[in-house]
Amino acid sequence: MTAAGAATEPHVADLCIETTGLSKRFGQQLAVDGVDLAVPRGSVFGFLGPNGSGKTTTIRLMLGLAAASSGSVRLLGQEMPGQLREVLPRVGALVEGPAFYPFLSGAANLYRFDAADPRAPAATRKSRVHSALERVGLTHAADKKVRAYSLGMKQRLGIANALLAPRELLVLDEPTNGLDPQGTREVRSLVRSLAADGATVFVSSHLLAEVEQICTHAAIMSAGRLVAQGTLAQLRQDGQARIRVLTPDAGAAAKVLARLGLSAAVSGPAGSNGAGDVLYAPLPAGPPPAGADGAVAPEAVVAALVAAGVRVRGFATEQVSLEERFVALTGEGFDVVQ
Amino acid sequence: MLCALAAIPVLIAVAVRLSSAVPPGRGPAFLDRITQNGLFVGVTAMLVSVPLFLPLTVGVVAGDTVAGEAGLGTLRYLLVAPAGRVRLLLVKYAGAVAFAVAAPLVVALVGAAIGAALFPVGPVTLLSGDSIGADEAMLRLLLIAAYLAVSLMGLSAIGLFMSTLTDVPVGAMASTVVLAVVSQVLDALPQLEWLHPWLFSHYWLDFADLLRQPVAWDSFLTNSLLQGGYVAVFGALAYGRFITKDVLS
Repeated sequence: MTAAGAATEPHVADLCIETTGLSKRFGQQLAVDGVDLAVPRGSVFGFLGPNGSGKTTTIRLMLGLAAASSGSVRLLGQEMPGQLREVLPRVGALVEGPAFYPFLSGAANLYRFDAADPRAPAATRKSRVHSALERVGLTHAADKKVRAYSLGMKQRLGIANALLAPRELLVLDEPTNGLDPQGTREVRSLVRSLAADGATVFVSSHLLAEVEQICTHAAIMSAGRLVAQGTLAQLRQDGQARIRVLTPDAGAAAKVLARLGLSAAVSGPAGSNGAGDVLYAPLPAGPPPAGADGAVAPEAVVAALVAAGVRVRGFATEQVSLEERFVALTGEGFDVVQ
Repeated sequence: MLCALAAIPVLIAVAVRLSSAVPPGRGPAFLDRITQNGLFVGVTAMLVSVPLFLPLTVGVVAGDTVAGEAGLGTLRYLLVAPAGRVRLLLVKYAGAVAFAVAAPLVVALVGAAIGAALFPVGPVTLLSGDSIGADEAMLRLLLIAAYLAVSLMGLSAIGLFMSTLTDVPVGAMASTVVLAVVSQVLDALPQLEWLHPWLFSHYWLDFADLLRQPVAWDSFLTNSLLQGGYVAVFGALAYGRFITKDVLS
């Protein structure tokens, strides 16, 4: 939970998914540890985290597939798993990859899953299956056995299964897994069109670029705990903005920056063209322009550098990307917290 | 699997037909009577398949019910549909029961058909010495199939319970079949006589009572009661297990 997230916390009634202190223990291991998710209605919510950080387990707990060790889940304003029968028909889900009967055709699989819900009207089943297949571009393969489907086609069929009925909430676990770039783009536009229709979309992913492109909100999991959540802008802001200086006079520049209260770090020469070194220094307070005391405006930094005779060849203020934020919160490389 | 079951009476009938002379008193009961009356193919085939073949196929079907869905991963999609856990369990058990009814029926009907095709069909002499017409004999054949179907209800419930314990269907199938065999082995040990009336396989071979005139219903009734008990116990266990199960497959 972040301060910024708390400041704009939506009213409880507007939350599509709300978990309080959600925990799940498998033997000694705490797979999900006190997760307080708040997913606003109408948002496209990116659920981020490294592999094994508890994303899928959280989704299973949300959908009533597994019982929480402690904590509670409210889905669409109703208690789970107590009111599972009321809630789940309004929720479409893709959980941990698609799963089908390989000996049945794509359409027959969808018929079977639809028939599993006793409330799904049988009269409209055929047309609903047809339109779901059409929406994911699988009409041509509807009568083909799933055994013969490619990974991407199975993934699409899984999404079609989530779209069998008009849904208020879609929970998509790694929806672009196994898709080619075209398929990924299609899923992105599909998610956007679902959101435009008023559905809340909860997308779990570890593909940050994807989340940055389609999501309005995001949360980051690490080792079973929720380490950040909020709108994308809030998440990025929580990481500091920084300035980037390109200069051949790295030493002099660092001194100037130090006088301004900025701790610069030289990250080595930029490229091989001899343009000089690149210095990074975090901006201590807020986004520019910052008028308050203690804040350093980027233009003042440039002025100070030039006044000190530093040959400034490049200058920029940079927002931390979601990826850097993600790595900062969850660990680098193979040192990811387990 | 029904085809495999149907092959048993066909095999028996063809074998008997080709070898023509079966010395009386050798081989499974009734085998020597087949040449005189084709209807006995059905009875013999059922008798032969009771110890292993019927429990095997029923164990495979019942063991696959829940674990098969879990193994494919489709269980989670059925549950989020939402199918309802109790409803799913009931439907799955109904499926296993349907197979347990169909299996002996197929053996009986195919047996009667192949018997009628290869051998003469006529009045049947019952164990009590009475003689009944071919049409009533057919009825008795169906009655035996029904008896076996009831006999397999308990095993089906055990298989259903086993199936809720694991995500590996083969494990559930194997343990169900093993239990069926163990039960029969225990039933064969005279030292464990006190245990015998409680074994679900104890009355499996007692369908001969249905070949008396008038029909002795005692074993049918006792068997039904015992099987009902097994269905209740293992049905409750399966319910208790499945309703709280974390579906992680």
